[in-house]
Amino acid sequence: MRFKTRGVLPGFGLSLGYTVLYVGLLVLLPLSAMVIKASSLGPAEFWLKVTDDRALAAYRLSFGSAFVGSLLNAVFGVLVAWVLVRYRFPGRSIVDALVDLPFALPTAVAGIALTTVYAEHGVLGEPLAKLGLKVAFTPLGVTMALTFIGIPFVVRTVQPVLEEIDPDVEEAAAILGATRFQTFRRVIFPALLPATLTGFALAFARALGEYGSVVFISGNMPMRTEITPLLIVTKLEQYDYAGATAIAAVMLGASFAMLFLVNLLERWARRAEA
Amino acid sequence: MNQSSSSTAESPKSSLQARAARRAFGLSLARAALLLVAASAGLAGCNKKSDAATTAPAGSNAAAVAAPSKAPVTLLNVSYDPTRELYQEFNTVFAKYWKDKTGQDVKVNQSHGGGGKQARAVLDGLEADVVTLALGYDVAILADKGKLIPDNWQTRLPQNSAPYTSTIVFVVRKGNPKKIKDWNDLIREGVQVITPSPKTSGGARWNYLAAWGYALKQPGGDDTKAREFVSKLYKNVPVLDSGARGATTTFVERKIGDVLVTWENEAILSVAEFGKDNLELVAPSISVLTEPPVTVVDKNVDKHGTREVAEAYLKFLYTPEGQEVVAKNHYRPRDPAAVAKYKDQFPDVKLFTVDELFGGWSKAQPTHFNDGGIFDQIYQPKK
Repeated sequence: MRFKTRGVLPGFGLSLGYTVLYVGLLVLLPLSAMVIKASSLGPAEFWLKVTDDRALAAYRLSFGSAFVGSLLNAVFGVLVAWVLVRYRFPGRSIVDALVDLPFALPTAVAGIALTTVYAEHGVLGEPLAKLGLKVAFTPLGVTMALTFIGIPFVVRTVQPVLEEIDPDVEEAAAILGATRFQTFRRVIFPALLPATLTGFALAFARALGEYGSVVFISGNMPMRTEITPLLIVTKLEQYDYAGATAIAAVMLGASFAMLFLVNLLERWARRAEA
Repeated sequence: MNQSSSSTAESPKSSLQARAARRAFGLSLARAALLLVAASAGLAGCNKKSDAATTAPAGSNAAAVAAPSKAPVTLLNVSYDPTRELYQEFNTVFAKYWKDKTGQDVKVNQSHGGGGKQARAVLDGLEADVVTLALGYDVAILADKGKLIPDNWQTRLPQNSAPYTSTIVFVVRKGNPKKIKDWNDLIREGVQVITPSPKTSGGARWNYLAAWGYALKQPGGDDTKAREFVSKLYKNVPVLDSGARGATTTFVERKIGDVLVTWENEAILSVAEFGKDNLELVAPSISVLTEPPVTVVDKNVDKHGTREVAEAYLKFLYTPEGQEVVAKNHYRPRDPAAVAKYKDQFPDVKLFTVDELFGGWSKAQPTHFNDGGIFDQIYQPKK
């Protein structure tokens, strides 16, 4: 006995209309305004602005440190999610809640806190400096900040998927003679890969645009520790709206390409799994 | 339809899911509580900074009621960061003066932030009745790009529309261990200089021009020598903070650097706040006269019907009472009587203006600070 149930929301047409309006108004409208502003530059001028040495150095730093940061998160975030899902230990719910902190903290607060800890005379900065490792005001510091803000993205995407994987599956693999490594490589890893990739992409996209926490720890030295969003702010400070949006358009394009690529990878991973 | 199938019977799997969901809910409660605590801590932390956003609408609404009825009136003063305390005090004094004179209550809302950001906010529609910014350049943009004020704005009030001035001085560690006395000590090897990035900070542009002016005024000084001097100085800068307060934090709290180059009023405040046991103020032989200009934003006061009170507000800055408040807040007054009274507070420094040495901000900004300007070339030699 099967009958058609009514959805909670009335009318497909109405809810779709609302969805389109919502996304259009909140996401597409500002983005298109940006593209229009950027296109007020001629193609030659646009190219000159976005490929200037200083911009290239900023892209290298932004993309490089965002990539390293999200990669670290992809590895250690999965580990954190694993521990949170598979083990019961005192204080677990507190650790679980701590993972979300980078979401909730105003980014400027995070930046100031990180800088305080890692600056030359900070709690961690001092011993590290003695070892010859400078964190604050170097690309390493930028990577640090971007790793910090990216943690929840990986953990929160991997966690629910991990919860769905029954520990019985691992037992079954062991009974069938798989080693620990084989179980991980053949059973767990393929199931986690799509979620990990999504988490990586989200963390990466977030890190690319991060401004508040990074400007404090980066030191903002031109050509060395200047992130792309700072370059945008710099241009705005000269009332060069078109130049700022040109750089922003490059960032947008890169983020979009990145998300697209990860989507492809994810689809490929799912297919490989099936 | 697909979704109908799952709602028919509760399979073992779905009950498992339900349990998982309940567990997740319990967890998320704990998480939410922690987040709330964190968020409120964060909010409390940045309360000081947030007044820019909240005061904006008040100015536009209440001001619609015009003066004749003697209904209370509200002004919005959009300013830069270090003037917060100055205008807090000044607003109270002005409100009393205006009440006595006209019987009308006036409330002045303040908005503070980086000068450039504040100017952009007004340009983009923040309905400021008056602006009191750090640089003429940021005010001029309201005339050039926004047509919010007439081109002759700077001649409408006495003394370049700058009722108070300041200059750029040094703050050093107690006892001045690196023996920093003047600008040429900043380019010595092994001296670390803290100054924010002139690309993002208005105050830092004054610092840069002060150093440039010093080099220019030395015997045999010319643009080439000045450029060399400034390049050497920035070689000694380990961190370029994005704003003046950030640089102060770097120097005072993180204890980075040997000398902080900053506004005189900020320097006096820092030394007073962090103790004479830690810091000392050093005045260079010569520095730049910083003239933070003020103006009524014509388009907005006409819309709000607040021109009369807004103009009175700015003119009051020039009166002996206004100048008293200015001096008490460590800005250099213009009024000779106040200058004489507070002589001891301000070190004797030879001062030059941006107009004298650089042909005004409209020239200095593109030559030195815009993309590809001299500051950029210091870090990125031209090919």
